[in-house]
Amino acid sequence: MNWESWEAFWAMGGYGLYVWGSFGVTLLCIVGEVWLLRRHRLQTWQRLKRMKSWETQ
Amino acid sequence: MNLYYYASPSTFYPLAGRLIPWFAALALILTVVGLYISFFLAPTDFQQGEGYRIIFIHVPAAWMSMFIYVVMAFWSAIGLAWNTRLSFVMARALAPTGAMFTFVALWTGAFWGKPMWGAWWVWDARLTSELILLFLYVGVMALQAAIDDPRRADRAGALLNLVGVVNVPIIYFSVKWWNTLHQGSSVSLTGAPSMARIMLWGMLIMALAAWMYTIAVALVRARSLVLERERQTDWARTLLEGKP
Repeated sequence: MNWESWEAFWAMGGYGLYVWGSFGVTLLCIVGEVWLLRRHRLQTWQRLKRMKSWETQ
Repeated sequence: MNLYYYASPSTFYPLAGRLIPWFAALALILTVVGLYISFFLAPTDFQQGEGYRIIFIHVPAAWMSMFIYVVMAFWSAIGLAWNTRLSFVMARALAPTGAMFTFVALWTGAFWGKPMWGAWWVWDARLTSELILLFLYVGVMALQAAIDDPRRADRAGALLNLVGVVNVPIIYFSVKWWNTLHQGSSVSLTGAPSMARIMLWGMLIMALAAWMYTIAVALVRARSLVLERERQTDWARTLLEGKP
């Protein structure tokens, strides 16, 4: 086991800012991409559905 | 196996839909295992202390940034040669994720560089060529977005894609060809890796997780693109009656 306490884990031996700055921004990027993708998919679906309803009118 | 069967949009769409949850689940499991190795199993580095743990995302992200570009160029070449619709869709679907990993590689590199080198950024061959890769991704996406006709957009983007692939070997070999501040590779295709086995496993599992993630999100994006392009066909029209 590397860590004696939670404080030690978050401090990362003095590299906390750099380690968590890296992992945190990566997490944000992934969450952001998944969120944008989900929104894009729903918007595309609704737009195509609207276009289809105009065509059949 | 008939590849043309799977290349048909009406087959691809439902097939991709069934595959996505599996790739997403694999990505999640591998990430959990990879993070556990990164923080709890891998020992403290004797030179870089705990700061080295950044490599568990930096290296896989940098690998992905190059792999994805090569895969995009592959699909672009296939699309240009045989005019297969799905190839262009795949190339397009990969671009945003490739750009994301390139950004992550640069960002985590800066956060590693500051404590280890004393600088967030240096104009070193490795860093500069990786920055150019980011511009190439953005360039391909911007070019395709700027052209209204999707078929012309596909072709223009594919061409830029293929021209830009020359940058990938430059990134890869930059640490050999020039005197860079960036260290040489610790893992190479030939020869034993110069790092502890458990660290290598952590990196490989994180890279595999990144692959699974990339496949999952690229398939989601490809499905939206396919649906948009096939909206006039019977299968797409029937599908649009239901829920997304």
